[in-house]
Amino acid sequence: MNILTYLIPISLILGGVGLVAFLYTVRSNQYDDPEGDSRRILSDDWDDHPKP
Amino acid sequence: MTVPMRPSPSACPACAAAPAAEALAARALPGAQIALSLPTIHCSACISKIERALNADSRVKSARVNLTLKRASIDAAPEVTAEDMRALVEGLGYEAYELDQGTLNATANDRAGRDLLMRLAVAGFASMNVMLLSVSVWSGAEDATRDMFHWISAAITLPAIAFSGVPFFRNAWAALRNGRLNMDVPIVLAVVLAILTSLWETMLSGEHAYFDAALTLTFFLLAGRYLDHRTRAIARSAAEELTALEVPRAIRLRAGVEEQVNVALLAAGDLILVRPGGRMPVDGVIVEGTSEIDRSLLTGETLPVFAGEGQVVSAGEVNLTGPLTIRATAVGAETSLHRMADLVAIAESGRSRYTSLADSAAKLYAPGVHILAGLSFMGWYLYTWDVRTALNIAAAVLIITCPCALGLAVPAVTTAASGRLFRRGMLIKHETALERLAQVDTVVFDKTGTLTTGMPQLTNLDGLPRAVVEVALALAQGSSHPLAQSITRAARGAGFAAAAVTDITEVPGYGTKGRCNGQEVRLGRASWTGAQALSETATFLKIGDQLPVAFTFADALRPGAAEVVQGLMDQGKRVILISGDTTPAVEALATRLGIPQWMAEALPADKAARVAALTAEGAHVLMVGDGLNDTAALAGAHVSISPATALDAARVASDIVLLGNDLSPIAAACVTAKSATRRIRENFQIATVYNVIAVPLAVAGLCSPLIAALAMSLSSITVSLNALRLR
Repeated sequence: MNILTYLIPISLILGGVGLVAFLYTVRSNQYDDPEGDSRRILSDDWDDHPKP
Repeated sequence: MTVPMRPSPSACPACAAAPAAEALAARALPGAQIALSLPTIHCSACISKIERALNADSRVKSARVNLTLKRASIDAAPEVTAEDMRALVEGLGYEAYELDQGTLNATANDRAGRDLLMRLAVAGFASMNVMLLSVSVWSGAEDATRDMFHWISAAITLPAIAFSGVPFFRNAWAALRNGRLNMDVPIVLAVVLAILTSLWETMLSGEHAYFDAALTLTFFLLAGRYLDHRTRAIARSAAEELTALEVPRAIRLRAGVEEQVNVALLAAGDLILVRPGGRMPVDGVIVEGTSEIDRSLLTGETLPVFAGEGQVVSAGEVNLTGPLTIRATAVGAETSLHRMADLVAIAESGRSRYTSLADSAAKLYAPGVHILAGLSFMGWYLYTWDVRTALNIAAAVLIITCPCALGLAVPAVTTAASGRLFRRGMLIKHETALERLAQVDTVVFDKTGTLTTGMPQLTNLDGLPRAVVEVALALAQGSSHPLAQSITRAARGAGFAAAAVTDITEVPGYGTKGRCNGQEVRLGRASWTGAQALSETATFLKIGDQLPVAFTFADALRPGAAEVVQGLMDQGKRVILISGDTTPAVEALATRLGIPQWMAEALPADKAARVAALTAEGAHVLMVGDGLNDTAALAGAHVSISPATALDAARVASDIVLLGNDLSPIAAACVTAKSATRRIRENFQIATVYNVIAVPLAVAGLCSPLIAALAMSLSSITVSLNALRLR
């Protein structure tokens, strides 16, 4: 049962990482244009250099 | 100015001043924020083509296309106008319309939606973790391990509920303060009581803790709230986009110089130029120019009215042929357009306050839950004289009965139904509009602009001699008057070629004249061509001294008008036509569409009164209209629909906006609304069945947290799946 001492904090931290990642995507407007973003990955406009 | 101006060691004053001046310039000129609506974009190629072209313009700082909203937002140098950008995009082969930035800003960031989403995410994260710990307890963790799991669950649950439950706490408090009960009161009571008893149990090393149930409950209920909010936010932003498409601008004349200004800046006494095709921005008096004006949106008349110097015009009328200069007499809230809002307010107060299905369910449900939980507490306390057992059972009863499925029952269905109707071109603006639409048994239509397009169609082309049509075509093809354009379209479509007519001049307000074979030819109003006015819409052609020839017109039907009237009558609904237009015109349309009941020359107040009378007879009236004269009736009807071409005031007053040109979705929407309401009722029944099975267990004290979790999740999933069956 001692293994729980590690497992519970680890599971909580991993879950927390997921939560923080989700909150970050919400805060940085990543859900504003879901349709456009899903198509932008197919465009090769900025393949060679990043968008200025 | 807040630019730091530290004393510069530089000897040259210009060197010190230049950067400060630059900084000032950068501040003073924030650049132009332009938004364009791009309804035809659909793929990644469209995005990159438009973005590349916009960014290639040296004056554009940045441009981004949003495919979901079909919109481009452009940050450009201050001298750039939206018109330049629009022309640039149109040049690429896409339709583009300017959107009013002021109207759009309100929707730019949906703070409430984001807030709900955050709370939903926290509740979801916490409930998953607690559920994981609970599974170990259910599968047999004992003694110290069980206590530890309970304590960890408590540590996660308390802050998570404190953050996620805020919307419920707030609503419940607002209701309690007004001495009412709503759905949120039992929710809050269940959550708080569950947490308190669970904490107490945990302290006493008890067996049952409901931390997972409290969190799952919050999570499911928040999911329902979020769906509900999203449906409404989508409808709101689409409605605001319609408003933003009408950029409120006017041309003001000052000392003979034209300048474009926002309508809000106009004052009474200003001189305003209204070009042909433009809409009057304010009420006023014509001081210069003659033209014809189209008042159909205000009165429902299809026949253009002559407008000359000294005549009074109202905001919302459309100038047809010649430029007019008007002196503003009333602006903003004082215009007749806005005064109509008073009429709307009166009509709205008369609208029977509709109780939504969810509210009536809550009214039955909330007291029931409290009484049931209270009784089981009393019963068990009197039976065992043990507060702990009694409180545990009361908490279990509250958790089991809690309206988890009830909270999802309505939003899941309305989200599915609104999404389906939106794809068919209907925008549901009001949250209970669907339920009300399902009850409709009487449909009242407006004529001009609703059943008809307001675009005249030539009716007697076949009966006219060839030479006459060719002369008329020559005179008509240069004019922007709707009747002239209709002649041009019809004659060209039938293969006529224009006759050789010279010296063509348009006399605004009267017609067009020219010379053909040495004779003067005139196409225009009856009085100007020496003809007898007819009862129907007509224009006349006079060649030399011959008798004038009449060209008669009928209003073109809107696509789907015949189908929608037929469809509604097939559903057994009563269809009535009420219009402000003349009796012959209304009668002709009613016969054409087979509408048995009609009423002509109705004033705005008549329309509202007729709707009120029908309501008093017990009918549930659906009003479909577009004009200003319909607004009071739209607001007074049980539920109302207006097309996207309607005036802003009419769209605001109606519950549903028809986005396309086609009317036929209305009949189908009534069917969808009916089945949506049926699904909502089914959902309530499903939720009740779960309660009927689980509540006796809870009252008998046989309910474990496992059963509570199962009942809650299963009922929520069944309800959501049932909502998805909607067609």
